[in-house]
Amino acid sequence: MDIRVQEAAFDLGAEANAFAARQRGMGAIVTFTGVVRDLDDAPLRHMQVEHYPGMTEKALTKIAADAASRWDLGDILILHRYGRLAPDDLIMMVATASRHRRDAFEAATFLMDFLKSRAPFWKKEETESGSDWVAAKQDDEDALNDWD
Amino acid sequence: MMDVLYFAWVRERIGLPREVIDTDASTVQDLVDELRRREGRYDVAFSDTSALRVALDQELSDFDASLKGVREVAFFPPMTGG
Repeated sequence: MDIRVQEAAFDLGAEANAFAARQRGMGAIVTFTGVVRDLDDAPLRHMQVEHYPGMTEKALTKIAADAASRWDLGDILILHRYGRLAPDDLIMMVATASRHRRDAFEAATFLMDFLKSRAPFWKKEETESGSDWVAAKQDDEDALNDWD
Repeated sequence: MMDVLYFAWVRERIGLPREVIDTDASTVQDLVDELRRREGRYDVAFSDTSALRVALDQELSDFDASLKGVREVAFFPPMTGG
């Protein structure tokens, strides 16, 4: 299990290759990448990502452990950035390795659903007309109930 | 004595990221009520606790939870990771 919370940018190819290279006997590797996207109504200048040092790592470890207990997984990577990001920057990635693709896909979806609403990150969007904290979505909260 | 941390717009409204509070509040809600009586900025930040989340010693908790033995309380809006 590899959990990283960092300010620095990451290289998606290098991370995915390094993750794949350390697996043995895994038939499936799924990776998901989150990208900072422009807003629908105004051009985004920057996104400020704040987190709770200490709790973030604990929460991500718990989410990963929950996934590992539900699916047959060989390995999990969660990498999440904080600080000042620009549109099209990579903000986070998860990777799962499993003997079978269904476990790898489902575990990756589970990790993303819990990361959205249970990991202590907050995003603030800055446009030319001002800045606003991103509100949590009810859809994201509802998605957690589907895993009960 | 308790470390109290604030994140995102709660931090902005209160105007500081953390402080040490000398309190004998027995629950989170008691602590919130005590802070609200202190100054307007706390009153504004905590005016709707349904819009807030609380963590006790870095574990998500509830506003009716006991503060017995707790060293670190954090208040923040619903999380938006991913």
